[in-house]
Amino acid sequence: MAKETSYPDKQGHFGEFGGRYVAETLMPALLELEQAYALAKEDPAFQQEVDYYLRDYVGRPTPLYYAQRLTEHFGGAKIYLKREDLNHTGAHKVNNTVGQVLLARKMGKRRVIAETGAGQHGVATATIAALFNLDCEIFMGAEDIRRQALNVFRMKLLGAKVHEVTGGTATLKDAMNEALRFWVTNVRDTFYVIGTVAGPHPYPMLVRDFQSVIGRETRQQMLDHEGRLPDLAVACIGGGSNAMGLFYPFLEDESVEMIGVEAGGYGLDTGQHAASICLGKVGVLHGNKTYLLQDEGGQILNAHSISAGLDYPGVGPEHALLNDLKRVKYDAILDSEALEGFKLLSELEGIIPALESSHAIAYLKKIAPQMPKEAIIVVCLSGRGDKDIPTVREYFKEGD
Amino acid sequence: MTLVVQMKRIEKTFSTLREKSEKALVLFLTAGDPDMEATEALVPALAEAGADIIELGFPFSDPMADGPTIQASSERALKGGATLKGILKSVRNIRFKTEVPIVLMGYYNPVFCYGLEAFSRDAAAAGVDGLLIVDLPPEEAAPLREHLRAHGLAYITLIAPTTPPERAEKLVRESEGFVYYVSMTGVTGSREIDAADIEGEVARLKSMSDVPVAVGFGISTPADVKAVAGFADGVVVGSALVKIIAGGGHLDELAAKVVSFARELKQGTC
Repeated sequence: MAKETSYPDKQGHFGEFGGRYVAETLMPALLELEQAYALAKEDPAFQQEVDYYLRDYVGRPTPLYYAQRLTEHFGGAKIYLKREDLNHTGAHKVNNTVGQVLLARKMGKRRVIAETGAGQHGVATATIAALFNLDCEIFMGAEDIRRQALNVFRMKLLGAKVHEVTGGTATLKDAMNEALRFWVTNVRDTFYVIGTVAGPHPYPMLVRDFQSVIGRETRQQMLDHEGRLPDLAVACIGGGSNAMGLFYPFLEDESVEMIGVEAGGYGLDTGQHAASICLGKVGVLHGNKTYLLQDEGGQILNAHSISAGLDYPGVGPEHALLNDLKRVKYDAILDSEALEGFKLLSELEGIIPALESSHAIAYLKKIAPQMPKEAIIVVCLSGRGDKDIPTVREYFKEGD
Repeated sequence: MTLVVQMKRIEKTFSTLREKSEKALVLFLTAGDPDMEATEALVPALAEAGADIIELGFPFSDPMADGPTIQASSERALKGGATLKGILKSVRNIRFKTEVPIVLMGYYNPVFCYGLEAFSRDAAAAGVDGLLIVDLPPEEAAPLREHLRAHGLAYITLIAPTTPPERAEKLVRESEGFVYYVSMTGVTGSREIDAADIEGEVARLKSMSDVPVAVGFGISTPADVKAVAGFADGVVVGSALVKIIAGGGHLDELAAKVVSFARELKQGTC
């Protein structure tokens, strides 16, 4: 069997998943991107440029923080948080946009576009586009624009044009449809900055590589702090970019277990969730073959999550493979549990997490108490929760 | 008993048209928009009015390569309960009324979900002639093509304005039935075409093989059809027809409207 880190193959397949399922108009652009990335990857000057901006502009490395009170609360394994919330723009998304926008510049593209759910990837793309003086257009579902008004305003401040997408469910999936439509129309001068480890090859690989800085740092920091690797790594999964970034550098360390936490919404038996791996079946959407929420006829179903960033009916193809290889375990956390996690981390550690990351925090109650005190868990705190304050406030008001 | 190899409907259509010095009018409509009864009535009526090939769209929830007109049409069809299974059943019914070649067109997931072998078998049995999948480039198409071939169905290849010459040559050589040249970068029904721009491209594709070349995307008026028919073997009109269907009305009135539109378009290919 191939090593877990040896994927994808030359055609972008992760086992049976991944690939390039796009209109012919886009194929040449994907082949061009693949070539440009292969060159950049071998170019020390490009790598130095990425590293420079990640350090001096984004603020990396981010801390690996020992959450003592959270650890005491559960009374089991020692819990560390990888503080991606402390990145410039407030989430892990910027790790990838720095890489992709630098690549766009190298390829001579004048305009970048992106889809966004919670707005974090949109903000991160708009930020780096501003830094390098590129035109930037962001596609966002009308429902998400309502939920994430603050991020919409931030993108506009940064000079981006925000397109409101009203088709379909007016969330992340529809924003991606519309971004693809724009790209197919303007493919010659436009670089599409995909925000997660999904989409047609080479995006799942590209985004994974740029996000792997999370796991590489965590590995070194863990060795510095504890002199050993963690026993368990936990991260939330929508498309799965922060999880892939954390997991990838640990895939060959057999002693490190991994759990990806999907959005369970109102419950896995309600039909109102975004648990594509837990409950989906294999299909093709947005350029890749993966697990999808779909009906018997192959029509894509609406996803639901309280967090806009996880509200997506699919998942990155490499996660689909890691699930089938049983290298990573996937489970789900409900909206209500995520809100408990949100509150818990705020009260115990003075850290307000993004609702997405709150799913990973909430998962700890299922596992940390049963693990011995010597065990070590690392959780990817993928973003900060400022953008979610209105949603959470509304929810707790309703609960009164 | 002598074994007669029957010429396939698509090939036969192009060869008959060639003899008459006509070009093929290819009309697209979404199956099940607004319901299957309408589709079963409109396809034979369009064939009668001059459509030489019918592209029957099977709807998908996320039509990423389509503009607003066909997006809305897909939504109506899905709301009306259209499924791939139901569409094949309707093709079977349509076959009692017309021998017009029928190419199913859509996105890969519904076909993948149906099962590649089961779909190829059922589509061939229903009387489908070919398949055109928007989001299935040749790099991913091998498994489907194998099953289609086994059941005598054509896999229509798309070529885009961005396709580089060496890639186009490979695609043309692999194509069956006809080649679909996408006249512009963009989604369906988005802009007006400039016939002069695409003439050279089409000539280049035709020099690569004998496979007929049909041109689609952005062709909406009888004048467009006439201009493109001047150099291409086939002309595809989709969104403009779907817009008429979107106007609704009683099935008889609707049929009369699309028939008169098809007649007008057909004049441009004679």
